Amino acid sequence: MTRIREIFETMEYGPAPESPAPVITWLEGHDRTFGHYIGGEWRDPGDGERFPSVNPSNCQEIAQIAQGSAADVDAAVAAARAAFPAWRDLPGHARARYLYAIARQIQKHARFFAVLESHDNGKPIRESRDIDIPLVARHFYHHAGWAQLMKEQLPGQVPVGVVGQVIPWNFPLLMLAWKIAPALAMGNTVVLKPAELTSLTALAFAELCHEVGLPPGVVNIITGDGRTGAALTTHPDVDKVAFTGSTQVGRIIRNATAGSGKKLSLELGGKSPFIVFDDADLDSVVEGVVDAIWFNQGQVCCAGSRILVHEGIAARLITKLKARMETLRQGDPLDKAIDIGAIIDKNQLETISGLVDQGARDGATVWQPSWACPTEGYYYPPTLLTDVTPASTVCQVEIFGPVVTLITFRTPKEAVALANNTRYGLAASVWSENLNLALDVAPKIKAGTVWVNCTNMFDAASGFGGYRESGYGREGGLEGLWEYCKPGWLAEAKARAKAAPPAPAAAPVDESPSDDAHPFAGASRGIDRTPKMYIGGKQARPDAPYSIAIRSPKGEVVGEVGRGNRKDIRNAVEAAHAASWAKKTGHNRAQVLYYIAENLAPRAEEFAGRIQALTGVSRGEAEREVNATLELLFYYAAFADKWDGRVHHTPLRNVTLAMPEPIGVMAIVCPEGPPLLSFVATIAPALAMGNHVIAVPSERWPLMATDLYQVFDTSDLPGGAINIVTGHRDELAKVLAAHDDVDAIWYFGSAEGSAEVERLSTGNMKRTWVSDGLVRDWYVAEQGRGESFFRHATHIKNIWVPYGE
Amino acid sequence: MMVHASTSDSPIPERNPGMPLDLAWVRAVQANLSAIERRAATIPTRRSVKKDWQAAWLLRAITCIDLTTLSGDDTPGRVQRLCAKARNPVRGDLLEALGVADLGITTAAACVYHRYIETARRALEGSGVSVCAVSTGFPAGLNPFPQKIGEIKASVAAGAQEIDIVITRAHALTGDWQALYDEVCAYREACGDAHLKTILATGELATLRNVGRASLVCMMAGADFIKTSTGKESVNATLPVSLVMVRAIREYRERTGYTIGYKPAGGISSAKQTLAWLALMKDELGVPWTHGELFRFGASSLLGDIERQLEHHVTGRYSASFRHPMA
Repeated sequence: MTRIREIFETMEYGPAPESPAPVITWLEGHDRTFGHYIGGEWRDPGDGERFPSVNPSNCQEIAQIAQGSAADVDAAVAAARAAFPAWRDLPGHARARYLYAIARQIQKHARFFAVLESHDNGKPIRESRDIDIPLVARHFYHHAGWAQLMKEQLPGQVPVGVVGQVIPWNFPLLMLAWKIAPALAMGNTVVLKPAELTSLTALAFAELCHEVGLPPGVVNIITGDGRTGAALTTHPDVDKVAFTGSTQVGRIIRNATAGSGKKLSLELGGKSPFIVFDDADLDSVVEGVVDAIWFNQGQVCCAGSRILVHEGIAARLITKLKARMETLRQGDPLDKAIDIGAIIDKNQLETISGLVDQGARDGATVWQPSWACPTEGYYYPPTLLTDVTPASTVCQVEIFGPVVTLITFRTPKEAVALANNTRYGLAASVWSENLNLALDVAPKIKAGTVWVNCTNMFDAASGFGGYRESGYGREGGLEGLWEYCKPGWLAEAKARAKAAPPAPAAAPVDESPSDDAHPFAGASRGIDRTPKMYIGGKQARPDAPYSIAIRSPKGEVVGEVGRGNRKDIRNAVEAAHAASWAKKTGHNRAQVLYYIAENLAPRAEEFAGRIQALTGVSRGEAEREVNATLELLFYYAAFADKWDGRVHHTPLRNVTLAMPEPIGVMAIVCPEGPPLLSFVATIAPALAMGNHVIAVPSERWPLMATDLYQVFDTSDLPGGAINIVTGHRDELAKVLAAHDDVDAIWYFGSAEGSAEVERLSTGNMKRTWVSDGLVRDWYVAEQGRGESFFRHATHIKNIWVPYGE
Repeated sequence: MMVHASTSDSPIPERNPGMPLDLAWVRAVQANLSAIERRAATIPTRRSVKKDWQAAWLLRAITCIDLTTLSGDDTPGRVQRLCAKARNPVRGDLLEALGVADLGITTAAACVYHRYIETARRALEGSGVSVCAVSTGFPAGLNPFPQKIGEIKASVAAGAQEIDIVITRAHALTGDWQALYDEVCAYREACGDAHLKTILATGELATLRNVGRASLVCMMAGADFIKTSTGKESVNATLPVSLVMVRAIREYRERTGYTIGYKPAGGISSAKQTLAWLALMKDELGVPWTHGELFRFGASSLLGDIERQLEHHVTGRYSASFRHPMA
């Protein structure tokens, strides 16, 4: 008992271990050897290969995990496919009951899952117990509700089909929940592959699914490394791929699935800013940093890894931070009084220490607390890097460890500029007691989530996902459901196309005499007209003066347009970035769209005549198209100030504002539908939402677009809001798809062109929306207008604003 | 102002002399309620103290108790019993079993109304337990000012070594920091060598920002301790309030070098709560703030629960309150 006397003086902390016994019993019960869960059964890996799962806190092997082969993946996808029709056709209420049962079971076995997670992953039991597992249960509860409400709240939407999901090792069970809950709620069946370093909670979850009687094949868990993931994501019978992980792998998946018609959502890396203004509650800021970068050892995609602090308070903040870092406790993840656990594995540990060493070589001051890290297991101490600049490698690359950099700023404007000086755009945290300032800054930051005076807050009701190279798609909230459903008409069209691939669409352009063979074919009677490119609100000659003749169905030359090249695209993108359209209010944008209709109406006859000349349709048909276009302009004008956000019900005293924001600079490669209607139907929604557009008119009807720029000119549309580059569609589409300063591209063209656009989009991981060669009926409301256009023209940014005084 | 009068190495920190009221500093104090509540919520969940550590921490908690009786029906007999308990807070056989019988464990102080200072002084003679008196028209603090000064002087003259004053809440609520500063300066002067604890009555200050600012003003005016509550408000010591106050203490020390003590009071009745509070003090301010010189619990029923937990530690069986001598 001398120990008590000593502690009485020193007031040391002692060990406070959470017992791993129930987890050990479970592992032993499985002989520490696991298979795949396929079609409601446990199966050994097809080729018998297994690999160890290691506890990173002591480097001990804890289980042998099955390595999924291509045949295993085939079996799992086949099981999911077989289960799909019955699961899809279940009433929402029946699916809700299953999800509710899963949520209940998670809650009832919460401690087991928490201990297993910490044992396998190395994260502190405090976090798995108080954060990960409660969020898992919450996610299933919330989505049980969406299953119940799908028919009513998402009318016309149907499930996507079989979903292949690949998740990372940093939040194994939580990422599983984020993937599986919405997929099942919307009526999809799932094949999920956990990260090879952390498979165990997914396997325990499979047992739980079995116990609640989930129909076989609805959830399949297949384990293995990147090879298994590659087989799953490229499997021909997978309709949708959802991936969370590194940008590097996300890029590979985008490339590999290009042109496959698979729906894709990617939640990738980040280098999220943590902005501290000089009026912030600095002690709370310090705890915010703890939650931002020392949560889960900093192995968090949205970790606040870049502190940006007002220059005047930087010294005080650094002093306070260092004092706090001294009191953090690192060690056995199963100790209940531990703040920081173990890094996932040796590779990651070496990556972290390598980057910090490089930072030091580049001139950074490296500060770590005086206490020593445990030496057994993979540990890295909390680290603060000062004397760094935006040019430093450590300020640019995702370290994915407990390492934070600190840079100062002078003004709010500079803070925003520094915050956005990154390829990523996942999250940001803004600290100020001045809500005017915080709510001014939040929309200016390019990130999917902005936390005001808080950080790393998650909830099933709020969407989470990125801008830029942090990926696309949202997880959580209503906005997350769109990733797991699609319009009924599209599903039917796809099914028809699959059953009977259409003959290649007739391409009159190809039938007409080649431009090169008859370069002067465009010389016409009357005064020669020269439609130009439309860039930055001005008519511009093509960079290289070549023209393309546009012919009527009878082969007569109707006019000529310039043949745009990559430099015209470059100029158009620059003009789009310089435009002011996005800053206009919804009301202002509506006025301009109405005004375009107003200015088009008196010229209806002229446009109808042009439509006739171009297409050979009857006068009545041409007039119908002009009228439909005028109506559509009114429709998008009407919506310009009505595509509202939401206030999500997250279980905190706060408002979580889900704000639709324009994506930014969008390329739109226009369809060959009705010339006027289909052009306006694609550019108007993008403009209504506040995007700046580079439009490539269809090869057949570019004259329609060039006729329109005169209307734009007289309608107060600011220069650069829309830019028109005529020329060869797929040639220009490629340049746009590959352009790193274009934020999104819509492509309405061939299947091959769609594949090419998706493949080339990986440079900056721009959002893509392609037709896969399917043709829309632009006169049918559900195909030609509406919600999907808005969703593809906006990002949802969630801004969390806790309140209270 | 950067005066480093003491460091963590010096065993007895130099007493806070106070400083001129710095209104710019006071007004710059920020307290973000939601962020503070989040941090406070994780203090009990981030730290867990078990087995021998728990026993040692609970013994340490006892030495930080201002064992208190502040009731209208207090009598000399009741106060004598309280003081006897303060001298011998834990059954001797338990202290033997814990190996700490020779440490002379007592509570830090006994806390009474002015009327019973004399009784307490006699009962505690030679024990090392301080006599603490609440003062200045406790609990509302709305008596005439000269009376309040007189009350302090009388209590000091009667032998109180520690004076717990209550601030005029109106000064904080109306933002009249000058008036609060002047009031506390006067109390400090009246205390002479007696230690001054300033009760903010945080449950009546409405906002954490007010708590932070009032804490700072009291320290500027020369408080030795800042204390949450009288125990008579509807909301007393809470972890969020404590976080704001200990952060104010830390800031004051960082900027002036002077060390101020902290006393949460009211509503702390379980052994488990004391562990969270001690963890808060240790992590936010350091080990010196887990000792009675710089940390007190104002409590009346807390000791009983700690005794039962200590007996459980010794015997492995859950204990009952009747097995421990009452105060």
